[in-house]
Amino acid sequence: MPDQEASGNSPYAVRTYEPARLIEALRKMHLIRRFEEGAEDSYMRGLIHGTMHLSIGQEASAVAACMSLTDDDKITSTHRGHGHCIAKGADLGRMFAEFFGKETGYCRGRGGSMHIADVDKGNLGANGIVGGGIPIAVGAALSAKRLGTGAVTVCFFGDGANNEGAFHEALNMAAVWTLPVIFVCENNKYGMSTSTERSTAVKNIAERAGAYSMPGETVDGNDFSAVCQAIDAAVKRARDGKGPSLIENLTYRWRGHSKSDRNRYRTKEEISDWQAKDPIVRMSRMLKDHGIIDDAGLAKIERDVAQTIEEAIAFAAGSPSPKIDEATRYVYTDEAAA
Amino acid sequence: MNAQTGAAARELSYAEAIREAMDIALATDERVVLMGEDIGVYGGAFQVTGNLVEKYGTDRVIDTPISELGGAGVAVGAAMTGLRPIFEFQFSDFATLAMEQIVNQAAKVRYMLGGAVSVPVVMRFPAGSGTGAAAQHSQSLEAWFGHVPGLKVVQPATPEDAKGLLLAALDDPDPVMIFEHKILYKMKGMVPEGHYTTPIGKAAVRREGTDLTIVSTSIMMHKALDAAQTLAEEGIDPEVIDLRTVRPMDRDTVLASVRKTGRLICVYEGVKTLGIGAEVSAMVAESDAFDFLDAPIIRLGGAESPIPYNPELEKAVVPQVPDILEAARSLAKGMI
Repeated sequence: MPDQEASGNSPYAVRTYEPARLIEALRKMHLIRRFEEGAEDSYMRGLIHGTMHLSIGQEASAVAACMSLTDDDKITSTHRGHGHCIAKGADLGRMFAEFFGKETGYCRGRGGSMHIADVDKGNLGANGIVGGGIPIAVGAALSAKRLGTGAVTVCFFGDGANNEGAFHEALNMAAVWTLPVIFVCENNKYGMSTSTERSTAVKNIAERAGAYSMPGETVDGNDFSAVCQAIDAAVKRARDGKGPSLIENLTYRWRGHSKSDRNRYRTKEEISDWQAKDPIVRMSRMLKDHGIIDDAGLAKIERDVAQTIEEAIAFAAGSPSPKIDEATRYVYTDEAAA
Repeated sequence: MNAQTGAAARELSYAEAIREAMDIALATDERVVLMGEDIGVYGGAFQVTGNLVEKYGTDRVIDTPISELGGAGVAVGAAMTGLRPIFEFQFSDFATLAMEQIVNQAAKVRYMLGGAVSVPVVMRFPAGSGTGAAAQHSQSLEAWFGHVPGLKVVQPATPEDAKGLLLAALDDPDPVMIFEHKILYKMKGMVPEGHYTTPIGKAAVRREGTDLTIVSTSIMMHKALDAAQTLAEEGIDPEVIDLRTVRPMDRDTVLASVRKTGRLICVYEGVKTLGIGAEVSAMVAESDAFDFLDAPIIRLGGAESPIPYNPELEKAVVPQVPDILEAARSLAKGMI
């Protein structure tokens, strides 16, 4: 897929969104990358325990997919969900606080990286179970349709989830009930170590859409504008009552699956080839080429983002931990039931 | 008249009582939807939803594809975002296909999100043996669900409770799993009219007695009452408790009874080992009620076996009235 810029026409995102919104989108992509680098660094320094799944290299997919959503629209996310959370408008201080296991975190320190959510902004949560969020997204779409809210749900999942039964059952139900949901597969080529070539019978996961009579489209997931164009059309279709779509964003995670990954299933050359397709570099170039931002503007974003990250980490570090005697709080609404 | 509610009561079957609860819920709360396999024009495998689809339409009485995992997940997602779904499993055995959504999602979402969201989903599970449906359509899996913090698990034994516990489940902000015994669907009993709730987490003393306590669940409550009648004729006066809720378990009612009688039988249809009886026994053993015991505790549960097809074998693997009589007589030895 050639970059749209190469075709000589102005790219879809430039034609569609105000310059300020595009600059904000680029800022969010930087926030995602610096957030994850900050999380990685905090992990190395022993400030965060457990594990985490980084999406560095996949920032365009998360941000572009949320461009035409409002706070009333829902998303469901995955174990690799930091980008989705930031794209949907989360506060980085509360995100870092969650990673640090603090009471001020989005989940009061009970969920951590793999369950981070921001319900007020419509993020129903990351999920530790591959494919676990897919039926939940369809349920959210059923609510929207029944209650007539006009909201849509964007359901993020990875290539690994496309071989889970939940994926197939959920897509089928979304189609037979014509629900306003957009299935967004972030195909980063590997389910942990197993490549899509070895795990998946179809070449492109978007082909699965045919089995459920919905549109399916494979796009360059590192091309912000291409992702916007595909998702926005699917969002419009959902809002118009025409039902679900499946969009497959081809992308790549620069880091390993999680902290334990020794990268034995892929080559250094493959990783560096994809690093050359850095979605942030491509987005910056697109905005510069169309006169939306200049070098000073780019530098300002980087400075602002660095400061935001620094403040967010300080907020997290200075926040209180949950009380030990509240370890079983929030299991039930009526706490006497526990 | 119903003593508790003051409402007029009339005789309904257990299935009719459940249907009436769903009818009231659908009529009074726009957020309520029913979901499940063949619950629409077919009326449900056990005719529990019956003709509700005619009254409320296919948008609110929703036939799902045969997709237990996906269907349960859709119900969970809908509950998180404003609906009040009642999800019917065709047989409780099929919940094995949906454990991911029930155990990892429904039960944990509220906790994982630090209380930011709740999952007010109700799931109904036709359970138990006695229908000749063999090993994959006859299980009693309630103890599995009782082992999961975040879920509430109830087992109504009477038509009145079947309606009252379902309406209580709909009022509850957290996921409630209702295990309905298939053999009870046709059982009749007095059911108050209108809206009322049976409290979740509260057992009922079905027969007061002084000599021994029989803690029972679901259909076993009726067998325990049958046995109690015979025992009374023999001069043994049992107290029969209907546990009603598996999680959270009504500790106070059980312990108070054991303190009074000093003898305990726990009878339930699920597999005996690591089951409800183990929990009831441990609850007593870990409390001051232990000091009141005059005899060892007896558990009567399902055999360590799948449910067989042959009707005689099927009866043999779950507790029957003679088993309760024998256990009670052995406990009462030396007492009379």
